[in-house]
Amino acid sequence: MTVELLWWDGCPSHPEAQAELERILREEGVEATVSSIEVADDEQARRERFPGSPTIRIDGEDVVTVPEGEPYSLTCRVYRTRDGRISPLPDPEDVRAAVRRAA
Amino acid sequence: MTRIGELAPEFDLSDTDGDPQPFQTPAVVIFTCNHCPYALAWHDRLMDAARDYPDVHFYAINPNDAERYPRDSFEAMRERVQRDEGWPMPYLRDGTQDVARAYGAKTTPDVFVLDSGGVLRYRGAPDADHDDPSLNAGWLREALDAVLAGEEVARPETDPVGCSVKWKQ
Repeated sequence: MTVELLWWDGCPSHPEAQAELERILREEGVEATVSSIEVADDEQARRERFPGSPTIRIDGEDVVTVPEGEPYSLTCRVYRTRDGRISPLPDPEDVRAAVRRAA
Repeated sequence: MTRIGELAPEFDLSDTDGDPQPFQTPAVVIFTCNHCPYALAWHDRLMDAARDYPDVHFYAINPNDAERYPRDSFEAMRERVQRDEGWPMPYLRDGTQDVARAYGAKTTPDVFVLDSGGVLRYRGAPDADHDDPSLNAGWLREALDAVLAGEEVARPETDPVGCSVKWKQ
């Protein structure tokens, strides 16, 4: 399983995203190294198809579907938790579900 | 950049209807935007605070570079206020970013409380956790209560938390 965390320094959420991701991988008994990829400029954002920080991909697939037409840029990504709140982080249960799908 | 205890810069900005909004004190100046999840997560708490302190002038200011971040354009700001059927504070466009620079705004949100003399008395986050609505912008309210009572603000400065202000390049 390949696990990637793409992040941008202008958004403070990536350390928490990484800790959450590693916790969920441990809880699911998955031995995978998280590749931490810093996205530093708009050109790289387009190349990496980066919709915002943080973005977590498992086997190349985003743990949360990216809305169609979402621009690729250096920005903080807006997530919705399962109870409908806006959050800078994906709902942990969405991350867990993606890990289980790939396992 | 304005420090605690210093006179805060006055500004002359227009709201989403294009109407100039006079600078009045006591005031809460909030640098915010449309696209940042931290600003969005704290938004309702800040709107509630504005409703709960009718004698305080609240200003929401969007300083972000709208060329690189079209979701923060004047048009997008206006649409958002219309969609919400109005806000309890004007949503102002800082197109030159001069106001954000003068205040030393770092993030969206970044909150500044000014007393009736225009002196900066609090700067920082609305409360301790964007993810906990029950905190109810407690740090901001604590500062406002002290300022309105003519007392010292016990916690005059906290670290602003959010997306970096998108400066023009």
